[in-house]
Amino acid sequence: MATFRIKRYNPEIKPEPYYEDFQLEIPEGATLLDCINQIKWTLDGTLTYRMSCRSAICGSCGMKANGHAQLACQKQATSLLDKNDTITVEPLGNMEPVKDLVVDFEPFWDKVNKIKPYLQTDDSPPKKERTQSPDQFHLIDDASTCIMCGNCYSDCNVLEVDDKFLGPAALAKAQRFVGDSRDERTLERVTELSEPGGIWDCTHCGECVERCPKPAQPFYRIKEVMAVALEQGVHNNNGARHALSFVKSVKSSGRLNENMIPVESMGYFNIKGLMELIPIGLRMLLKRKIPPIIHKSIEDVKDVKRIFKELGQ
Amino acid sequence: MKFALFTGCVSQGATRELMVSTKKAAEGLGIDFVEMKSAACCGAGVVGEKSSILADTLNARSFAIAEKQGLDLVTICSTCQGVLKKTECNLKSDPEYKKKINHILSEGGHQYDGTSRIKHFANILATDEGMTRLKERIKRPLTGLKVAAFYGCYVLRPSGLSDFDNPDNPTGLEDIFEVLGATPVYYPSRTKCCGFPIVMMNKTASLEMAGNALVDAIESGADCVVTGCPLCHLNLDSYQPEIDKLMQKKYSIPILHLPQLVALALGYSPKELDMDKHIVSTLNIKRKLHPVG
Repeated sequence: MATFRIKRYNPEIKPEPYYEDFQLEIPEGATLLDCINQIKWTLDGTLTYRMSCRSAICGSCGMKANGHAQLACQKQATSLLDKNDTITVEPLGNMEPVKDLVVDFEPFWDKVNKIKPYLQTDDSPPKKERTQSPDQFHLIDDASTCIMCGNCYSDCNVLEVDDKFLGPAALAKAQRFVGDSRDERTLERVTELSEPGGIWDCTHCGECVERCPKPAQPFYRIKEVMAVALEQGVHNNNGARHALSFVKSVKSSGRLNENMIPVESMGYFNIKGLMELIPIGLRMLLKRKIPPIIHKSIEDVKDVKRIFKELGQ
Repeated sequence: MKFALFTGCVSQGATRELMVSTKKAAEGLGIDFVEMKSAACCGAGVVGEKSSILADTLNARSFAIAEKQGLDLVTICSTCQGVLKKTECNLKSDPEYKKKINHILSEGGHQYDGTSRIKHFANILATDEGMTRLKERIKRPLTGLKVAAFYGCYVLRPSGLSDFDNPDNPTGLEDIFEVLGATPVYYPSRTKCCGFPIVMMNKTASLEMAGNALVDAIESGADCVVTGCPLCHLNLDSYQPEIDKLMQKKYSIPILHLPQLVALALGYSPKELDMDKHIVSTLNIKRKLHPVG
């Protein structure tokens, strides 16, 4: 017999959420969603959650199992049992709960809409559809598989502390249009996406890749948008300056110049930003942690420079 | 045990105590590390933001250097580990891409075949041989020391590239702590991000991420946090005074590098491991250490 420890919430009855345990024999081959359905149909009809296709296509049944976002219909229940034969089920994170496992997706959709998730062109529509070659489509194929389940948004480490971050789903959707050969607003898009809350606020934690049930894998899509932003010359922000300073340092010495990167990331004329570096700089200096002032190159740095040259960097 | 040591940049710069303690831990364990002095920076995922083929070529060059020595490559940084594993995955999954990169490498006299394995220091300790060596050579069990692991994202995610058994709920570091005689502290934030990659872009969010992890570790009863990533160390240790202000909490918890903890158990003194060079005082750890037996 397995225990399903479900986080319940119904503000009309009780203001605070609480956990309720349900005992259920897991039928062979049952998914988490099958079990949740069974609980609703046989043990407590008030249990509330979203579901629809049961085939990992619609993206409705995202919820947390044992602390991590999953599609309930995509996960075998037995694989989630802990050593006490228990599965802890909670609503998705980074969104406000409405009732039980249902959360308010409005901020999620607001952010998706903010990246203008539609084709923008200058020409009037052709008589037939706007076509792409298979190679052109390949560049946006992964992003286009996103089913907007919200799993990545739920477990994003940045969103836990900053709700202004656009988040992985919206940024992956942005790549879908930044990389679209038919779209004619690339520069405008990457300029907007380089603002605070955009691509450069991604912390590389990889949670979105881990929670994504499809090949969309937002972190990799965000990196693709970063590359386009750099290529398009959108450099007037700390993220782009950081990347360019990093590359410059590896190019010249084969390794990172930790003394230069913070200064160059802030920008030489960003007085406020540079002032912010003073406390950490002083602390490091007092503890003799400041990286060597004379920055030494790796051995055979000539070969590294040759590789940069060969790749046109 | 002999490995090519991929030092990474930060162990040569802002966290030189990591390099010092890695050498001591290796000496104590009888591990022969051959420093890869001509290996370039892994790119930390940032070079890849400019050009992914550039990052992969530089990393393939590092693999080729280890291969030439006939050695597996060991990292002492979670970020280096994750970035190198991603390059390895890119090269192994696309023969044409590998061919193209080898063509670029050939002029420099390098050739990548894929024969060297890429392992984080924690993962070589977590093998049967590593654990046996540890058990045999411990001179000062860390009894009574409550240690909270902070893994660093890149050794866990994506899980397909991770060497840890269950990246969502890993026990690799905690298993090492137990062998060292310490008491592992399990807390929810141990697999989260420290926030360092965005400290230049969104400092408040970055420090809040680090702060939440520190509060979690402290409230779970830890005496110290131990990490296998020098970048996590920078955010958790060097920025701790600022985190303190941001979180409006008066706390202090020392952050150790994994090789420092290992070397303490092997009998090295805190001074030999440059533990006095941390921003946050490590005095509470020194007080809890038993004499070397």
